[in-house]
Amino acid sequence: MSDTTPQPTDARKAGRYVYGAAVFLLCAWVIVPLYFLLINTLSSPEAVNSFPKSFIPEFDLGSLTFFANFAGMISALKNSILVAVLTMIMSIAIGAPAGYALSRFDFPGKGTFRLLILLTRAFPLPLLALPLAVMFIRTGLDDTVFGLALVHTTLAVPFAVLITFSLFSGIPLELEEAAWTLGCTRLTAFTKVVLPLILPGITASAIFAFVISWNEVFAAAVLTIENRTLTAFLLQNLDSSPLHLKFAGGFILVVPALIFIFAVRKYLFAMWGIANR
Amino acid sequence: MSARYLPYILILPVTLFLCLFFLYPFVLVAQQAFGSDGGGFTLDNFKDVTSHWKFPISLKNTLYLAAAVVPIQLALALLMATMVSRMQKGRDMVLYIWTIPLGISDLAAGIIWLAIFEQSGFLNSMMSGLGLIDRPANLLTYQNPGLVFVAIALAEIWRATAIMLVILVAGIGLIPKEYYEAAEVFGASPWKRFTRITLPMLRPSLSTALILRVILAFEVFAVVQALGGTLFPVLMGETYNYQFDLLNSEAAAAVALVILAISILFTLLILRALRVPKGATI
Repeated sequence: MSDTTPQPTDARKAGRYVYGAAVFLLCAWVIVPLYFLLINTLSSPEAVNSFPKSFIPEFDLGSLTFFANFAGMISALKNSILVAVLTMIMSIAIGAPAGYALSRFDFPGKGTFRLLILLTRAFPLPLLALPLAVMFIRTGLDDTVFGLALVHTTLAVPFAVLITFSLFSGIPLELEEAAWTLGCTRLTAFTKVVLPLILPGITASAIFAFVISWNEVFAAAVLTIENRTLTAFLLQNLDSSPLHLKFAGGFILVVPALIFIFAVRKYLFAMWGIANR
Repeated sequence: MSARYLPYILILPVTLFLCLFFLYPFVLVAQQAFGSDGGGFTLDNFKDVTSHWKFPISLKNTLYLAAAVVPIQLALALLMATMVSRMQKGRDMVLYIWTIPLGISDLAAGIIWLAIFEQSGFLNSMMSGLGLIDRPANLLTYQNPGLVFVAIALAEIWRATAIMLVILVAGIGLIPKEYYEAAEVFGASPWKRFTRITLPMLRPSLSTALILRVILAFEVFAVVQALGGTLFPVLMGETYNYQFDLLNSEAAAAVALVILAISILFTLLILRALRVPKGATI
């Protein structure tokens, strides 16, 4: 755009304005819908259902109180948190060792293993809930928090492996070797040297697992009946619930996500960079 | 314990877990879909499912939605990623804002856009504020199928562009800066640098992003439920209906396999279209 114009400095200045405006617009595109949800959540049920809407929240907790008092909502919220915490623990517990193995060892079968991990991303995983529903009824895991957490762990564990793989790869092997020469065993070298360095990253990938489980709708709706999670509960009641209940529920769903993405933002890009290889 | 077996011990839990909860269920779902009451092999479930009047509509809706949403998201994500790559000030802040939707569930995204499109919602409020309409029109009804489609597409674009953005930003970060410097020395314009360096070098990331996004697009469910309900049937919604409302898990499994087949087909197509030539590395 700048080569043929007579005054290149003006063109460059105009280009910078366009660029700034585009960045601003794209930020607004993300934030404004969230702001609308916030207005609806912080308005009384009457205001939510009235017209026209005010574009400034009235800071009334009516909708949120209604949400909290709605039958089954608090237990659904509790189930959501329980499933997400279980998912978080399980996916790190079984994912992190594999990430360590991938980063530190060359072994026959490594390629196949990586393929298995990457394969999980090429399949619509929530569909797994269908056959598992049958399997769970047979084993007594149906409609339990633990059963759903197992499915969510399947969703989260490939990410846990890939993230921890990239984290462990970022720590030089020499550090561990130095610890070995100073008398550490492989295990103590790991717990005393590697673990403290890796802990923030592990936390980030645990948070990521939490968010995956917290947001999952389809498997949760298929696999739970009495012990519904928040997403499943909201989905089930979409037709019948009043608007202010939907918006308050949506808001409760969004808030942890906002905080968590902020907490893991540093790791998002490192993780996807390595996942591309 | 020798170091030879250690890696296998370390990957054993994940492997077992994925075999039990990822590979085995796919065998089960195929068994369910192809199985008859007598226990033999049958295509009856597929015949039942595909002959239902809602099936062609759901298939069409799912494919149209993907076709409308994915290209826009790709363009938008590429634009955002290149904008971020030359940003000096406030890069972290802008990236955080742009990746916020990554943490938002499809259900929440549907609800957020419902706040805009419902009858007493913000779109109507804005239009009445500008004097364009006298009273709020009910936008999301069967009389406005186009608008329902647009609302769902907007919600999907809003929610799921971030995942592509993250992958592409990570991919652009891996391209050596020397290439751009060399191009600049030879006087290549920004556009030429984008088409001749960024795009070809970004191929692995592009294919990852596209595969992930396309598969997610075929799985679209909660956004549609929140915004369109029964007005806009999609394949994943049909699976849910068969499993839950009609208690026909064989039919649900059959639809699931249809979704799976489409997903695999598109994965292979994308891999083929964007494959990196043999021997070429970054």
